[in-house]
Amino acid sequence: MLKRSKLSAILDHAILILGALFMLVPLLMVLQITTMPDVEVIKHGPSFQIGDQFDDNLKKAMLEASGFSGENTGVNMLKNSFVLGIGFAVGKIVIGMMAAYAIVYFRLKFATLAFWVIFTTLLLPLEVRILPSYEIVQRLGMLNTYQGLIVPLIASATATFFFRQFFRSVPEELIEAARIDGAGPIKFFVDILVPLSQTMIAAMFIIMFVYGWNQYLWPTMITTEEGMFTLVRGIKQITQVMEGNRIPEYGRANVLAIIAIIPPVFVVIFFQSWFVKGLTESDK
Amino acid sequence: MAQVSLNSIRKVYPNGFEAVTPSSFDIKDGEFVVLVGPSGCGKSTLLRMIAGLEDITSGDLHIAGRQVNHVDPADRDIAMVFQNYALYPHMTVRRNIGYGLKNRKTPKAEIDRKVEEAAALLNLSDYLDRKPSQLSGGQRQRVAMGRAIVRDPALFLFDEPLSNLDAKLRNQMRIEIKALQKRLGVTSIYVTHDQVEAMTMADRIVVLNAGRIEQIGTPSEIYHSPASTFVASFMGAPPMNLVQAQFQDGAVRLPCGTAVLDAPTSRRGPITLGIRPEDVRLGQGQTAFDVHLVEELGAHRLLHGQIAGQPFTAHVVKDTIASPGAHVVDLPRAALALFDTQTGARL
Ligand SMILES: Nc1ncnc2c1ncn2[C@@H]1O[C@H](COP(=O)(O)OP(=O)(O)OP(=O)(O)O)[C@@H](O)[C@H]1O
Ligand SMILES: [Mg+2]
Repeated sequence: MLKRSKLSAILDHAILILGALFMLVPLLMVLQITTMPDVEVIKHGPSFQIGDQFDDNLKKAMLEASGFSGENTGVNMLKNSFVLGIGFAVGKIVIGMMAAYAIVYFRLKFATLAFWVIFTTLLLPLEVRILPSYEIVQRLGMLNTYQGLIVPLIASATATFFFRQFFRSVPEELIEAARIDGAGPIKFFVDILVPLSQTMIAAMFIIMFVYGWNQYLWPTMITTEEGMFTLVRGIKQITQVMEGNRIPEYGRANVLAIIAIIPPVFVVIFFQSWFVKGLTESDK
Repeated sequence: MAQVSLNSIRKVYPNGFEAVTPSSFDIKDGEFVVLVGPSGCGKSTLLRMIAGLEDITSGDLHIAGRQVNHVDPADRDIAMVFQNYALYPHMTVRRNIGYGLKNRKTPKAEIDRKVEEAAALLNLSDYLDRKPSQLSGGQRQRVAMGRAIVRDPALFLFDEPLSNLDAKLRNQMRIEIKALQKRLGVTSIYVTHDQVEAMTMADRIVVLNAGRIEQIGTPSEIYHSPASTFVASFMGAPPMNLVQAQFQDGAVRLPCGTAVLDAPTSRRGPITLGIRPEDVRLGQGQTAFDVHLVEELGAHRLLHGQIAGQPFTAHVVKDTIASPGAHVVDLPRAALALFDTQTGARL
């Protein structure tokens, strides 16, 4: 018995270690490259050698512009990515909550129909409607603006759906108690529903922030000015610069890749602990 | 002046179900009225119409002389205590109690003072900064009470506020609520399906059955002169014995032939006899009572068995020795109630 459990423990660990390696090795490779001069990288590819170029690469990546306008420095791209990620997440949550609030709590004639219409938009992701969306944004003069980046993406069936399910689980008595306590629709929403939805909001924020942060196609179409580039799109730009006899700036691109990974990781870690706390201290 | 007055209040749900048939009654200032009835009889519906949480299909509702059919719940000057407490889980006890005042734009200092006062009254002072999830059931119930009294409403509404508590706590809270209500003198309407709660708390009881008012009266009226077989069998634990009998040869006779009551010879047909278990005299008279089971309750005993093939219960004090088997009982005339077998109405 003891032997068997020992064996299975070894097996379990082997699987876990393999999995961890599978996830970690590419990351370690990226990290290794950030420490090497670009020439070495193009000659030997990834290796076990740790170079001394990290500072240089970091400085270059964050402060030096890679394009012509001098505006797409790493810092600037990081800022744009944050604006997109946060704007995207907050926008989706606000709109999703308000739509769900209307559908669940108000006696609308076509509430169910409206909900299903919203729901079917899940079948129409951005990629399907990208040309008309682009045209609308262009006509509104929102190319190369944050509004143009964010607004077309934030109407969200997913968030609406999750909030609807959540709101429907809020006890009826609570709503009635609030009504008797003199809370109107807006007060009820702000004072009671939003605080109750905390965990739901945190969960949505994780998902939506990462989703927005990783957007690639839409920012590529909407932003042509280098000052509006996000990290995810900017990295591509750097390795693309291969005109003449210049060597692609691998070190720099990989530093940006690392930096592009960090904020989503932090968002997940930060909100996750909150999320779990909210779930276990369930007091609804 | 009647504090609350219902005039032919009726409720038909959108699906066409008539949950409350036109009902009228008045509640006096400071009175404690209990709506009681079996599950699904429309108690909550009636209460929720008074609260304004449910539309009134037809009829007139007045609170403090003002017609309030279409007045928002917040403006009816009422407070309600719910079965599941309905406390706001993310707010502290202090904020829970003060929330209604805050929404009415009461100055901060006054809210604080009133909340402290209500908390002191309800023994909640030590818990003001806790969240509802950190309180026991009884404490939560008290917070719900606090939320109601802090606003000084003209009318308290309770919807089965004690049904989630264990029996002991329920007894204690029952007394506390009643004492508090007497002290504050606020008119109250209390919904319950527990007839003990109804009997002990009410100034007046309204017995409901299938959306209809069966009887309105003080607890003792309801107990001693039930208006129908429904009230007789619903109120009292154990309920009133109901025995089918016949008018025959100038007497009311049990199926076994025993005459229990004189009657005019001209009357014929079936009749239902009612008698409270404690009015039955064991060991006297000549009605045969076949005891199957003796229930020992400490202060008294309940004898369950049959009279003339029909279930029957007698209540005897603890000193009376009784065992299963054949007994005789006397059914005193003065204690007998007669009901129409068909309609259930009292004759
Ligand atoms: N929204 C509704 N639509 C249709 N019928 C309803 C609705 N709400 C309640 N009813 C019906 O109305 C009747 C009375 O319901 P109500 O909630 O008033 O009962 P109650 O006396 O409070 O019962 P309980 O003791 O179980 O709480 C029930 O038969 C119920 O099925
Ligand atoms: Mg009810």
